[in-house]
Amino acid sequence: MKVPLKWLKDYVKITLPVTELAEGLTATGLEVGEIINTGGAWENVIIGEVTAINPHPNADRLKLATVNLGKEQETVVCGAPNLNKGDKIAFARVGARLIHPETRKAEELKAAKIRGVESRGMICSERELGISDSHEGIMVLAGEAEVGTALADFMGDTVLDIDVTANRPDCLSVVGIAREAAAICGEKVNIPEIIYEEVGEPIEKQASVEIIDSELCPRYCASLITNVKIKESPAWLQERLIACGQRPISNIVDITNYIMLEYGQPLHSFDYEKLKGGKIVVQRAKDGEQFYTLDGEERKLTGDMLTIRDGERAVAIAGVMGGLNSDVTESTTSILLEAASFKATSLHHTSRYLGLTSEASMRFERDIGAGLTIPALKHATQLIAELGGGKVAKGIIDVYPGKKDPEPITITTEKTERLIGVAYNSEQIVKALTALGIECKSEGAKVRVTAPYWRSDIKIEEDLIEEVARFYGYDKIPLTLLGQEIPRQDPSPEINLKKAITTSLAGMGFQEIMNYSLTSLDMINKVASDPDTVKPLRLTNPMTAEQEYLRPSLRGNLLSTLAANRRHEEGGIALFEVGKAYIPRKNDLPDEPEMLCGVMNGDRAERSWLGSESACDFYDVKGVMEGLFRQLGIDISFENSQDEGLHPARQAAITATNNGRKVKLGVIGEVHPKTANAFEIEGTVCLFEISIGAMLPLASQVKMYEPVPRFPSTVRDMALVVDTGVTNQQILDIVKGFKLISEVELFDVYSGKQVAEGKKSLAYRLIYQAPDHTLTDEEVNKVQEQVTASLAKELGVTLRK
Amino acid sequence: MLNEIEEIKTEALKQLGGTDNAKDLEAWRVKYLGKKSPLTQILRGLAGLSIEERKAVGAAANQLKNQLENASTEKETSLREAQLKTEAQKESVDISLPGRPYPAGHVHPITKTINEVSDIFVSMGFQILGGPDVEWDYYNFEALNIPDEHPARDNMSSFWIDAPSGEKGKQLLRTHTTAITARTLENYEPPIRAVEVGKCYRYEATDATHLNIFHHIDGIAVDKGITMGDLKGVLYEFARRYFGGERKVRFRVDYFPFVEPGVEMAIECTVCKGAGCRVCKNSGWLEILGAGMTHPYVLRRGGIDPEEYGSFAFGMGIERLPMLRYGIEDMRLFYNNDLRFLRQF
Repeated sequence: MKVPLKWLKDYVKITLPVTELAEGLTATGLEVGEIINTGGAWENVIIGEVTAINPHPNADRLKLATVNLGKEQETVVCGAPNLNKGDKIAFARVGARLIHPETRKAEELKAAKIRGVESRGMICSERELGISDSHEGIMVLAGEAEVGTALADFMGDTVLDIDVTANRPDCLSVVGIAREAAAICGEKVNIPEIIYEEVGEPIEKQASVEIIDSELCPRYCASLITNVKIKESPAWLQERLIACGQRPISNIVDITNYIMLEYGQPLHSFDYEKLKGGKIVVQRAKDGEQFYTLDGEERKLTGDMLTIRDGERAVAIAGVMGGLNSDVTESTTSILLEAASFKATSLHHTSRYLGLTSEASMRFERDIGAGLTIPALKHATQLIAELGGGKVAKGIIDVYPGKKDPEPITITTEKTERLIGVAYNSEQIVKALTALGIECKSEGAKVRVTAPYWRSDIKIEEDLIEEVARFYGYDKIPLTLLGQEIPRQDPSPEINLKKAITTSLAGMGFQEIMNYSLTSLDMINKVASDPDTVKPLRLTNPMTAEQEYLRPSLRGNLLSTLAANRRHEEGGIALFEVGKAYIPRKNDLPDEPEMLCGVMNGDRAERSWLGSESACDFYDVKGVMEGLFRQLGIDISFENSQDEGLHPARQAAITATNNGRKVKLGVIGEVHPKTANAFEIEGTVCLFEISIGAMLPLASQVKMYEPVPRFPSTVRDMALVVDTGVTNQQILDIVKGFKLISEVELFDVYSGKQVAEGKKSLAYRLIYQAPDHTLTDEEVNKVQEQVTASLAKELGVTLRK
Repeated sequence: MLNEIEEIKTEALKQLGGTDNAKDLEAWRVKYLGKKSPLTQILRGLAGLSIEERKAVGAAANQLKNQLENASTEKETSLREAQLKTEAQKESVDISLPGRPYPAGHVHPITKTINEVSDIFVSMGFQILGGPDVEWDYYNFEALNIPDEHPARDNMSSFWIDAPSGEKGKQLLRTHTTAITARTLENYEPPIRAVEVGKCYRYEATDATHLNIFHHIDGIAVDKGITMGDLKGVLYEFARRYFGGERKVRFRVDYFPFVEPGVEMAIECTVCKGAGCRVCKNSGWLEILGAGMTHPYVLRRGGIDPEEYGSFAFGMGIERLPMLRYGIEDMRLFYNNDLRFLRQF
């Protein structure tokens, strides 16, 4: 809401400097985004009158305009289509700073030769002066503008640009802001009395109003003005509209806009002659009804939209936009003026559904109440009589089916103190509310309040408490820190686990990334094993195809991040993300499992002068997982796995045992070359994907400590020759079954000339340890023999000589 | 005899002084302290001397023996030190060569911020809670005093989910983590202190300072006797810890449907320190969070009696915090995941 200071001063004495007023408004909830000095930038712009228009000798579209500037005159080149002799215009002299059409920045105007004609100055459009974006033609000033005077003196002002919150539609008006300013300045609001003569026939004899759907229209008021002449508005009115960012059109339209800005009550003017039977009927539209709004668009209405109708047809969409069929035009002579109250939610629905939001709809949907109608209607009627030379019909029509007495609200000192923490007494409460124009009466520790008709936001005691607190200032409320006992805190194992994972992986050289959870179907299909079985969750109103689906897995975006970084990264890339996947569920919100997913590609270690780099593979990702789980204190095993997104022969499932039950935690492996190709990533891509939820019970288990061995251990190495098909795990399963063996470490794997075809050699170091004594050689030898015998029997293992 | 000892002493110490390696030192030892050395001979011959002579010569010879042995040890030590020094020099490294690389990854700046911010509130007795990204209309709007067709919904245009509606309305991507507050009030009995962090989604155009997917943190406190002073105190404490104690904090009136009175907290601009600049749009202030005393409607919806309990709530965007701290001008950088950006944190 743009509020010109000159206009504001019509209603309230501003006793503070404008910056302090702005600070006060901001602190009390009306944020002043900007203080604009219109005219401040108009140095060297003066008012001129076009006295002659001649064709440009070298250009058909350009003209030479001679402008009278009072003491002198200039002839300049002008291309505007609306250049007319006799018009008062804003003339920029050389040296003026005008807004450049492309850069939108102020640039100094220089003398120029335009198609061979010297032009010293320029006739300005609103855009060049920074008034609006309008650049269809030059700005034409009102007739009484005085030639030769500075434009800033004629129409300059200080304008406060105020952000009005959705609960304060009353402040979408100059009068509303005046009430706030009055409280800040300690002054009273003074709204001039509205006096006009009613010389016409009584309105009841000429027009009628019937409200059929009264739940959507609590009040409808109308006045009638005949013998009106449609013309240009006077300068003062135009100037105020321009200062508020509106374009003057004609006196009637300008007056309705002016009154809306003044009181916050939107008005609508009908051409009375076009209303069949002089009737106004407020009723829902017929479902599917066609209607031409005054912007010329055809609208299809639905049965839940409220319309204003005459004896035969719809003439306006209530509170949203008028119709072409009843619009005020240059030939209009009689005006039926509407000031009504419409149900906010219904209006909101209609304007959103039709995609028609306007200054009027914006006010109605914030619930302006029904009380503004009469003062707004009366002032508009007065202005039309004055500026349009009309005859006002006797009386006004006021149909008010939704009338109800305002419910008194009680504010107590006790509740105020309980909420704010400051003990305001009832006198202070009364003082604050009265200053804000709220009628109230003190009854001991209670104050009885009737909310004023313009404050539809005041409904409950808390609303009044806010009024008191903001009047005295939030800054005056002393800071306290919660004095109560600290509530019970449940542990947050998931947050702790995620933190541990993140820190661990970062410590291992992984970069954490964060992707959007919305993705494209294309991306999902690139990583999905079978696109037909995966039914990701879709948005009904996606903005783009890139963000149409909720990701069913983190893989796609990770691989795509990898590919994007590959364009500028040479060495190894290791990335991970912790986040949610979204899995649809029937008749419920989707499952949102927290997942850990990571990828590695390229060199396993940073390139260095100390060593040669080599590309990472399955054993890197396995090592990372072993390291991570060791840090987290979770014992894991690796098993065969069948994940179609991964290399069929280079993948494994990670499992663990929880309360005797085996659980799958996730998968690791090399990404299927087909998938890597789809992302245009070269070389092996390793991936891990772990369910945080599955890890959670294991990570949060508290493990009892084991004493550090008190007796020395014995180390034995053994080199085994086995069939190539035998796995390390098979050997470990047997070796680890022997009680005295505390650790087994594989330290060499060999296949080649030294061993027979189809065989491989595995070398292990076994650590023997007893908890209660030092082992003798005999004891160790005996077990070692049993181990080899068992390996020979179960797996056909021989000892390598 | 004594003269002889004196001569040996002079000669031996002179020679020792000229010794500069272990081999020569050993030869010196053999020569002056060895079995065949004159000094040993003198000591061995002591038995053949008179008692007086034996006393005098014995004392002098033994004294010299000790002296020479000490001198030799000293020499040995100094020679060894000198040798170590020479050897160490041969092993010198070029300290400007890069070290053997150890991996160093980084935690995402948003994760870091979330952890830092939640830790501040945890230290004030708040507990961290979560909730679903895909939410019922009820928790995102209805329970928060934002009924259907409320203008506040326009500022939070939503992404709707292609899924059937339930008892609690349509499914949407939550537009604020205040939705979790609605769940918290429903699921917990007072006293409550909780913060809720997560992704939020709004149907909005994306630019340098707006994303359609971003993170929020919300907080709620419910207990007997909680006042707006507590709200100010807790939020001031947060601002002080996150932005530093020297930063001024401003509380002003704002409107959110789920609180009354409503509050907005701003801090003195981190760039211009209040003087006015591009970042703060010349106001000198940066709006950091919205807050207020929880609306009685919202408390009642959560099964809490507003006449018995006081409550405040607050909410803020996460991305803005690291932007201000590190001078990041484009919010999209956080989710472009360019390693050249992420490695800086």
